[in-house]
Amino acid sequence: MKEVCSVTNNLLVIRLDSDLDHHIAQRIREEIDRKIMETSIRSLAFDFRKVNFMDSSGIGLIMGRYKKIHPTGGVVYACNLNSQMQRIFRIFGLQEITEQNEEIDKLINEEVTYE
Amino acid sequence: MNRVKMEFEARSENESLARVCVAAVATELNPTLEEINDIKTAVSEAVTNAVIHGYDEKGGSIILDILVEENTLTVTVTDFGRGIRDIRQAMEPFYTTGSDSERSGMGFTFMEVFMDELKVESIENHGTVIRMSKTIGVGNN
Repeated sequence: MKEVCSVTNNLLVIRLDSDLDHHIAQRIREEIDRKIMETSIRSLAFDFRKVNFMDSSGIGLIMGRYKKIHPTGGVVYACNLNSQMQRIFRIFGLQEITEQNEEIDKLINEEVTYE
Repeated sequence: MNRVKMEFEARSENESLARVCVAAVATELNPTLEEINDIKTAVSEAVTNAVIHGYDEKGGSIILDILVEENTLTVTVTDFGRGIRDIRQAMEPFYTTGSDSERSGMGFTFMEVFMDELKVESIENHGTVIRMSKTIGVGNN
């Protein structure tokens, strides 16, 4: 499986490659947690550019990561949410535990052009 | 009227397969993008529940029954796993019997929010039947 995590400017960036369901959440969760421990980076940014679908497993993934990094002052950023994802975030209150930030969006999107 | 019934192994890989199948059958009702996403999400929750809770991730058989009548889609997800002892409790938002802290306990809430009707029947150690329906085109302008 392609590695989904990378570090940019003291931020752990998670590039979601596809629909975020139980199957995918299960697979990437460990990689994310391992990277958090290895790098001791406090904040995460999820790149939703390629995500058209998310169910409650995705919510669980984000909630779980938030619980891990929030106690040490970390922030979970959600980037490139399309309208369906914004809707899910809104309905299920994910905006309470995540942040959307233009600077971070720009940073994430700039990185992509170098791949 | 259309009906598609399929049986598949309770593997997480098949969660997306179930979503795609239901979306394909629902196409004939000309749903909006939002309606299709709602349906796919609800189906994903029901199937994931069968995989994780019904069979404790150990595998088993799931039957997906898709029915289209006039402009109503009814999806039934059946498993023959451990069943639910207290259905009302199981359906409470945030309640989960998941052994790891990653389960959000929002599965049934998702199904309720995104479908028009939801009915859950279960017998402990025998299995669970989730029947949900959505009428397409009602909310359109």
